[in-house]
Amino acid sequence: MTTTTTTASLRPFWALTWLHTKFGFLETIRVPIAVIGNLLFPGLALLFFVVPNAQVAGSPVAATAAVAQLGAFAVMSSSLFGFGIGVAEDRALPFDAYLRTLPAAAGPRLVGRLINGLAWSYLSLVPVVVIGALATKASLTWAQAGGLVLLVAVVAVPFTLLGLAYGYSLSAKAAIAVVQVTVFPLAFAGGMFLPPQMFPHWLDLVSLGTPSRAARDLVVQVTTGLDPGAWAMPVMVGWTVLFAVLAAVAYRRDQGRRFH
Amino acid sequence: MTTPPVLLEHVTRRFGPVTALDDVSLTVQDGEIVGLLGPNGAGKTTLLSLLTGLRRPDAGTVQLYGSDPRNPAARSRLGTTPQDTGLPATLRVREVVDLVAGHYPDPMATSELLDRFGLADLSHRQTGGLSGGQRRRLAVALALVGRPRLVLLDEPTTGLDVEARVGLWQSLRAYHQDGATVVVTSHYLEEIEALADRVVVVGQGRVLADDTLARVISKVGARRMSFTLPTGQDAGALPGVAAVAERTAGGGGGERWTVLAADADQAVRALVGSGLAFRDLEVRGASLEEAFLALTGDGAASTTTQAGARS
Repeated sequence: MTTTTTTASLRPFWALTWLHTKFGFLETIRVPIAVIGNLLFPGLALLFFVVPNAQVAGSPVAATAAVAQLGAFAVMSSSLFGFGIGVAEDRALPFDAYLRTLPAAAGPRLVGRLINGLAWSYLSLVPVVVIGALATKASLTWAQAGGLVLLVAVVAVPFTLLGLAYGYSLSAKAAIAVVQVTVFPLAFAGGMFLPPQMFPHWLDLVSLGTPSRAARDLVVQVTTGLDPGAWAMPVMVGWTVLFAVLAAVAYRRDQGRRFH
Repeated sequence: MTTPPVLLEHVTRRFGPVTALDDVSLTVQDGEIVGLLGPNGAGKTTLLSLLTGLRRPDAGTVQLYGSDPRNPAARSRLGTTPQDTGLPATLRVREVVDLVAGHYPDPMATSELLDRFGLADLSHRQTGGLSGGQRRRLAVALALVGRPRLVLLDEPTTGLDVEARVGLWQSLRAYHQDGATVVVTSHYLEEIEALADRVVVVGQGRVLADDTLARVISKVGARRMSFTLPTGQDAGALPGVAAVAERTAGGGGGERWTVLAADADQAVRALVGSGLAFRDLEVRGASLEEAFLALTGDGAASTTTQAGARS
């Protein structure tokens, strides 16, 4: 053969990202049970604990806050479950190694995963919002709804990073256990199930330091206008930075041990 | 001068205390079809993982068409197979092909590829529902979908029945005849015979032989002869003896020789005719595994008499 030195070229970043987004979504949706649990739990909690409580369900502010804190829980749990367990499971698959031999950098696959994570976060809000709107006095203005759409992405970031840290450092089985042990205590301590007004003083102090409480307070502020307190934003940023460092460390450490 | 598709220069790769590749150099030129033959654990898979950019060598240079395979662009002319057990179970056959094809600038049409590999009827099946043979065929099809100039196949037909195996070999030969460079690993001599023109034998992390198919077959298709000679007598130069595999101090004041003979009849006749005072002669077919070991011991045993110390 003569010198057919065609310069080796990669397909554009967006095309590869779309490819991985699409097939990542297909793979997840083909095993609906994996996501249905996540999608339904916050809605069911709303239906069983908030709707029958006339005092909360009948007050526009209390109902909106209750819906908002369960919405924050939905985003947190779908980020942690989706990335923590999803990444750990993928790492164990030989197909993951195979994809790394194809002509594409790691970026498109990671971005595809983030887009999928965000999409599932939004989907996980649908049951909560529908039940909240139909069965309680919770209400939102259009501006509040718009703020909420943006805030979902902000809330998803730290928990996505924590999920990545788990996924890159744990086996799939360990990740399932660790994510569960993380999600439920965080949700309770963060006032996502019971409003923090019902907490004893000491628990309220602990709660103010958790990322779940910060996320919950920010979401409640956007939806009801209630003051989140001075701590919510710095606490949120602090945890986000910490989780970003953990995720980066886990990813780097994983490089050498990923195969066999 | 074109840059070769595959270039390894003095490559060493260790995993903890184990040296998987030990100072390996290998060049594959454009249009070659090369078999990498070796027992499990010989270093074949490690070698492929360096070429596909999954791992980095501890020392030495690895290049695909002149660039580092860890650079994604260097892999745009490369096609490999996934392990058949590792296909995403929930995706359909057509979707897996589309996913892989989407990474290449000028892929084959999915339908054409599925036809070529007899998978057209299965295109809507989820890969988890395929038989082992069907998954294998899909895995090899994925290696070719991007019209790669270089194809690396790791044990492509393991676990297939004879008919399916022959069919896959035909597809691979046809693809090679279109101008592609092919490197295939196997621990079956039969597979290498069916595919390769050039054979590289790997064992214990080193290249033991690199030669034409015919010459490697005469080496590994050898017979193994063992006999005891009085100390000081030498059977290494007998006609028909290809290599001395082992030479150890045996009981009763002699040395136990084990030699490989391409033609055992000729070697036995020569041994009898030589007047050497041999006893306890045994002749049997050398397994591929033994032939590899003999090749490993080849250089060492002919220069040392303490070869029995080799494990």
